[in-house]
Amino acid sequence: MIEEIGRTTEGDLIINIGPQHPATHGVLHLVITLNGETIKKVEPHLGYIHRSIEKMCESLSYRQFIYVTSRMDYLSSHINNHACALCVEKGLQIEPPQRAQYIRVIMDELTRIASHELWWGAMAMDLGAFTPFFHAFRERETITDIMEKTCGARLTMNYMVPGGVMAELHPGFQRDVERFIQLYKSKFEEYSELVTGNVIFQNRMKSVGVLSKEDAISYGCSGPVGRASGVSCDIRKLYPYDIYNKVEFDEITETEGDSYARYVVRLKEIQQSIRIIEQLLGNIPEGDFQAKTKAVLKLPKGEFYQRVETARGELGVYIVSEGGTTPYRIKFRSPGFSNLSALEHMVKGLKIGDLIAAMGSLDLVIPDIDR
Amino acid sequence: MLNEDLKSKLVEILPLISFEDGGEWLNAYVPPEELLACVNQLRATPGFDFDYLFCLTCIDWKTHFTMVYHFSSTLHRHNIVIKARIDRMNPEIETVSHIWRTAEMLEREVYDLFGVVFRHHPDLRRLIMPDDWQGWPLRKDFEDPVNMIKL
Amino acid sequence: MLSLENITRIIHEWLNSHFNPAIALDTEFVLVGVASITLFALLGLSLVWMERKVAAVMQIRLGPNRVGPKGIFQTTADTLKLLMKEGLVPDGADKFLFNLAPFIVMIVAMLILAPIAFAKNFQIWDINIGVLYLSAISSLSVIGILMAGWASNSKYSLLGAMRSGAQIVSYELSAGLSVLSIVVLTGSLSIKDIILSQQNGWWIFKAHIPALISFIIFIIAVTAETNRAPFDMAEAESELTAGFHTEYSGMRFALFFLAEYINIFIVCAIGATLFFGGWMPLHIGSWQAFNHIMDYIPSSIWFLGKTIGLIFLIMWFRWTFPRLRIDQLLNLEWKYLLPISMFNLLLTSLVAIMGWYF
Repeated sequence: MIEEIGRTTEGDLIINIGPQHPATHGVLHLVITLNGETIKKVEPHLGYIHRSIEKMCESLSYRQFIYVTSRMDYLSSHINNHACALCVEKGLQIEPPQRAQYIRVIMDELTRIASHELWWGAMAMDLGAFTPFFHAFRERETITDIMEKTCGARLTMNYMVPGGVMAELHPGFQRDVERFIQLYKSKFEEYSELVTGNVIFQNRMKSVGVLSKEDAISYGCSGPVGRASGVSCDIRKLYPYDIYNKVEFDEITETEGDSYARYVVRLKEIQQSIRIIEQLLGNIPEGDFQAKTKAVLKLPKGEFYQRVETARGELGVYIVSEGGTTPYRIKFRSPGFSNLSALEHMVKGLKIGDLIAAMGSLDLVIPDIDR
Repeated sequence: MLNEDLKSKLVEILPLISFEDGGEWLNAYVPPEELLACVNQLRATPGFDFDYLFCLTCIDWKTHFTMVYHFSSTLHRHNIVIKARIDRMNPEIETVSHIWRTAEMLEREVYDLFGVVFRHHPDLRRLIMPDDWQGWPLRKDFEDPVNMIKL
Repeated sequence: MLSLENITRIIHEWLNSHFNPAIALDTEFVLVGVASITLFALLGLSLVWMERKVAAVMQIRLGPNRVGPKGIFQTTADTLKLLMKEGLVPDGADKFLFNLAPFIVMIVAMLILAPIAFAKNFQIWDINIGVLYLSAISSLSVIGILMAGWASNSKYSLLGAMRSGAQIVSYELSAGLSVLSIVVLTGSLSIKDIILSQQNGWWIFKAHIPALISFIIFIIAVTAETNRAPFDMAEAESELTAGFHTEYSGMRFALFFLAEYINIFIVCAIGATLFFGGWMPLHIGSWQAFNHIMDYIPSSIWFLGKTIGLIFLIMWFRWTFPRLRIDQLLNLEWKYLLPISMFNLLLTSLVAIMGWYF
């Protein structure tokens, strides 16, 4: 394989980062060409965890296919489910009850926090600091406990269904979430003490993997990666779904476009998510948690596209329906895929250590890229 | 810009374009050989500025393929869907990867799963499937006897 | 009183009274060898256990707690496992060098042990150029690492080894210069003399600012020299998987692992000797009562306590800091540490000549 890829000049070193490598967080395979320690070329090879989810969905009903999508970006599985549910609802032209919308948004934001927490730990680990990982998990554990109590699962929740959510919240939900918010706020200082304020950390992150605004748009970067480059691309603000237009939160944008900016954006986003949850938590209206839907869902002939904001960026669900009980074609526009395509541009000419820092700051989830 | 405005302006510039009703965004069909000229206009014309290609995919209609491009403008916040019907036997279309760089990977994915050849693509190779893989998995007539996907 | 000094004297006298001097000397050699190998094994086991416990405390978890009380036999179990594992030699590796490398690293670590004073009058070899010997030998370990990286025939290993080479050679300078400042103050290269010169107070207190600066430089430089985080460029597991020992397994890997901890122990012992008086108890000037009480604590306890304190410091670094990048690492040395330590040497000389220390 090396000989085949190795269209290189004399003296270059070709290294396989992955498919098993501590820094790729999954089975990503990067073939990098080095000149000494300097990166000349980065070539992603995908497909090690390709499960052909799009093909699989073509033979699953509109109720069933949602459960497969939890396995795409497993760190924001609620949001994936949410996107699919919204897309089906768009086709059926039903609106979920208010209560369901509130629950969905709270769950989305909790997922976002959990995902960013995990990323925060993994990012520090990529840079060689192990301790933050455990500190991040302490808070994340509280969220997964809440998820487990309500949805019965800790990672692939499968909680959102067309027309609402699958089940009622567990009795102490509000208290549990409040407790989490309290815990998080008391521990947030630790985050900056341990990592953000560290001189080594800042040196490793600042002006590393710079992505200009034009490039970010051209590469289709979204989510924290796009916003760190100054692209306003928060779907929650631009194309609000459910009750995002009723809550107040800021879209965080930075202008530097380096790894540190992406880091800052994510940390601030956690704060905003907490703000959203605080606004909604006390005001969840009474009522049904699911709209009445038929047992077998049939979407009318046509094409439906739903964009949502996952923890990694813009997720698009594109359903092409022929009027049957299964989708004719489904396409998932995954945020990680586009963000990954910008990697080579970001790290060319930098060192191996910078590649790891930049890759970490992209927050790649490989099943999301491969699908 | 609203869909109607977009529509009327597009017709002025590109006479070969045709529209499809329904959908929340404007759906426009262009002949495949006109695609490059069309998207160039979409990208460069002031007032359109479709600088963000957020979804690029292909649909297998058994008789033909439809390439689907979802564009958005970060300046004006309007969206458009451009579609192009291409021959199923000999699927070929111009690449747009030099205009939107994200298209390079997205087109490789489409090539890998549908077998659509993108002319002038800088590096058209299989992306997800192994290099020696035979067949195009997301086509409707694809059957894999070993790894059965149909339920 | 039963102290290490007395035990060695008794053994020495007993051997000399029962055998002829040549046989007695040979027996002593063997005894010293066995003792140092045992010490190595024990140190390796206990320091790995300590590291895991320190890490656990920092990471709000328990650490090893299953094998033996508080998990103290965990490392023994791990070593047994490593002993029984197959030692793979990769295809295409230079077999001879590949097998030799871990032993070189280990032998170097053993050699540095010679001039270290573990307790009062308890020293393997009181060489009159002790400090010079230490700096000379400690730079040899880079050969073992380069050998391992080159012989593995793996690109990760090669990159790790090259990084390690650049790093150790650079930081050797700062470490040497910071050690020199103590030599300047003492006026002797012998470890024994250096310790005895701290009878009325440790150098870090006696020589105040210059000693403090050189201690800080010393601790940074030796952290880099032992390839510990935040300077673990040679291993950098998130970049190079395991750096120079990527291809090593089983007991050969264990030797590298052991050598790392022995090296930590040794550099911390050197630090304790030079800056904190080695086995010398804490004496404050001529305050007799206080000094007398301190003398009751055995000298070996003083030495080990100081060394373990420094080891804890180095472990603390590892579990707190992220890793530097290779160019930042070299910048830190050549642009900051080296000029500062050169200036500091001048300052120390001034202090020593003018007698501005206590």
